[in-house]
Amino acid sequence: MDFVVIQSLNGLATASTLFLVASGLSIIFGVTRVVNFAHGSFYMLGAYIAYTLVSRLGGSVAGFWGSIALAAAAVASLGAAMETTLLRRVYKAPELLQLLATFGVVLIVQDLVLVIWGPSDLLGPRAPGLAGAVNILGQPFPQYALFLILFGPLVYAGLWLLFHRTRWGTLVRAATQDREMVAALGVNQAWLFTSVFTLGAALAGMGGALQLPLVAVNHTMDLQSIVEAFVVVVIGGFGSVTGALLAAVIIGELNAFGIVIFPDLTLVLTFVAMAIILVVRPWGLLGKPEAAVRGGAGSIELPMRPLAPRLRLFALGVGLVLLALPLVLGNYGLSVASEVLIFALFAVSLHFIMGTGGMISFGHAAYFGLGAYGAALLMKYLMFPMLGGILFAPVVAGLGALVFGWFCVRLSGVYLAMLTLAFAQITYAIVFQWYGFTGGDNGLIGIWPAAWASSATAYYYLCLALCGGAALLLRRIAFAPFGYTLRACRDSGLRADAIGIDLATHRWLGFALGGAFAGIAGALYAFLKGSVFPDTISISTSIDGLVMVLLGGIQTLVGPIVGAATYKTLHVTMSSYTNQWQAVLGVIIIVLVIAFPEGIMGRFARTAEARTARAGDAAP
Amino acid sequence: MLEVSGLNSFYGRAHILSDVALSAAAGEVVALIGRNGAGKSTTLKSLVGLVADRRGRIVFSGRDISRLSVHEIVRLGLGYVPEDRRIFTELTVEENLDVGTQAPRSGVPHWTRARLFELFPNLAEMRRRPAGRMSGGEQQMLTIARSLMGNPALIMLDEPSEGLAPRIVEDMGRAILAMKGEGLSVLISEQNLHFAKMISDRAYIIEKGRIRFDGTMQALAADEAVRDAYLAV
Ligand SMILES: Nc1ncnc2c1ncn2[C@@H]1O[C@H](COP(=O)(O)OP(=O)(O)O)[C@@H](O)[C@H]1O
Ligand SMILES: [Mg+2]
Repeated sequence: MDFVVIQSLNGLATASTLFLVASGLSIIFGVTRVVNFAHGSFYMLGAYIAYTLVSRLGGSVAGFWGSIALAAAAVASLGAAMETTLLRRVYKAPELLQLLATFGVVLIVQDLVLVIWGPSDLLGPRAPGLAGAVNILGQPFPQYALFLILFGPLVYAGLWLLFHRTRWGTLVRAATQDREMVAALGVNQAWLFTSVFTLGAALAGMGGALQLPLVAVNHTMDLQSIVEAFVVVVIGGFGSVTGALLAAVIIGELNAFGIVIFPDLTLVLTFVAMAIILVVRPWGLLGKPEAAVRGGAGSIELPMRPLAPRLRLFALGVGLVLLALPLVLGNYGLSVASEVLIFALFAVSLHFIMGTGGMISFGHAAYFGLGAYGAALLMKYLMFPMLGGILFAPVVAGLGALVFGWFCVRLSGVYLAMLTLAFAQITYAIVFQWYGFTGGDNGLIGIWPAAWASSATAYYYLCLALCGGAALLLRRIAFAPFGYTLRACRDSGLRADAIGIDLATHRWLGFALGGAFAGIAGALYAFLKGSVFPDTISISTSIDGLVMVLLGGIQTLVGPIVGAATYKTLHVTMSSYTNQWQAVLGVIIIVLVIAFPEGIMGRFARTAEARTARAGDAAP
Repeated sequence: MLEVSGLNSFYGRAHILSDVALSAAAGEVVALIGRNGAGKSTTLKSLVGLVADRRGRIVFSGRDISRLSVHEIVRLGLGYVPEDRRIFTELTVEENLDVGTQAPRSGVPHWTRARLFELFPNLAEMRRRPAGRMSGGEQQMLTIARSLMGNPALIMLDEPSEGLAPRIVEDMGRAILAMKGEGLSVLISEQNLHFAKMISDRAYIIEKGRIRFDGTMQALAADEAVRDAYLAV
């Protein structure tokens, strides 16, 4: 009994921090409709800035708490700066590009933090006056945890008063429902957005600063906290502060007890909870269906169409160049080229789900990883030859995608994206924690290609043949009746339903197909590297895929290939010139998003479209 | 008060309004009449800045507003009530009014909650009710009251009588005449000629995005040919 009380108190302390970060994310999304990936970066910056301030101001009562408050204020101003300089330019862009832009900020902040504070963990001081423990049911319980337990609800109460007792709060709640109408009543949206974003950043910064006495400040805090915050916000319902509180308590308690009952499965537990809740309540506990929101950014989908003859010629040229590449590139260059091909297929398969299927996936790495691990495990335990592994990889990945997809395709928009992320994290956690089978974070090594494919040139041609063939096949499917139906589902879900197309089944099969093709890419990647690590399933792999697809533009089938080539080439060349390649990449992503809100190839498609249209107008 | 000429509006590549010209003087009720899809809503939205791609001259209170953003236009005193009401369902009646509140403006009627509750007595009885739990007629009154809180010099109402019971339509007509009595200019869009006749001084007929008739309400009532050509179903 005592144990239960203590553990649930621990859970509440965790919940308070979760709430601080998640409520900010939720409020920002509610009004601006931007899913702010950089929210985790605000959290991390809050912790680092507080650390520096405390070491300057000292750990006295005034020094410590002053540092926390100042850190929150500093992060708030960073948030305001980000909103006014970056987000304002992308509010009208499709939501995925907004996401990409905020992810650019994540990359920049990650490198900045490394440059400013260095790579090692930083240990902050205890909170003055709260360093001890109190006796609860005969057990010592940290005073600071008690403080956090009280602080969370206090912030909630403060937010509640702000939203229900001030005109600003009324405007925010109104804008959460219909921001265009708020503008049509004479309210300056720009000002409202900036203030909301600033408040959200302040909450995240404070959440991070308050971690100082609890954990060593480190540079993985951003992605870790953004994933947790996403989970909380998705469970609670985007835009709902009360929902965030409820969900934070659920996740906090789940962690507190999960760690005791299934110590190996805490990661899984969180995401299983999220998956279950989303299936039962697709908009989260207190959320509203997205469709009810008005005045959002328009979609920029252009109709997809077969390649124009000129582009076909261009594609042929590219194909010839690719065939000739081994004549000019050395072994290293060829292995980079193979990697580009593999990621091009990965991006093409993700694009199939997103562009053709209209489903945003944040967890496509799951199927890449399932392919990689599938092939590697088959080789290791069943002595499969390389080609056998590559052949079975899409089966493994496809089956995974069938299972996960069954849940995912029932949702749409951000919620679907989060559920795909959840399943990817579950896969990641299982692989990471199942040492006996998958080797955990030691990975699986010695996964080398068959002798005939072991030269860089041979493996490059294998990749070219398989990735090229698979990409062409997917293209075929996109223009086959199945692909047309899938797009019909994407463009007008309700109408497709009305004319008797089974929406969910088509989306489901489309999702699984995309997953299967990602599996081929995964298997090729495993043999290219000679090893597989849980990294292949990590969020950053999923995000790499998203960045590639979005860089290339979602409207064209060539887009993902161009995007993958651009991204991988940038990655490889820049990391050889600078240690801060991530930051450079972040800047490039942001510049690209602002300059080409439709993606690189999307821009070309749009120009071509305008040209044909103008030609059409001129004709009598 | 309002002078519009050569207004052309586009949704993407679709050219919706062609050279629309209209005007409204101070204290005048003007009706923009047309069939479904004629371009009435697009006209009103273009005037308030909700249609991004609009070209032409829009002069309001002596200022060219054709390049201003929505909130700037509304703050100059051009109120807008959309046809689908768009009340904030989660907010109470009073909170909905708060969202619309703007500073008083000289030379135009100044509205307070109390004065609006006089004009729309129903609303007074449900101040704290979430607006989502009101009847359609009550919501329609609220959306007008909400815009009046911005103290407009001219208020645009997009099909205010649509979908209302006959008795409520009469209330609506009375409310509009009361606004006029305060010195407000009103620009309404209507399909319902009968309702327009009840309250308007002048009328425009719009069809396929072009103004087809421009004259007093009496002239329109007398001109059977125009009514048959553009309004008969
Ligand atoms: N958001 C929009 N995008 C594209 N076309 C639109 C949009 N809104 C209206 N239209 C088209 O513009 C024309 C005029 O519409 P509207 O102004 O709403 O007419 P009314 O209000 O007179 O019924 C119609 O043909 C309609 O289909
Ligand atoms: Mg209309």
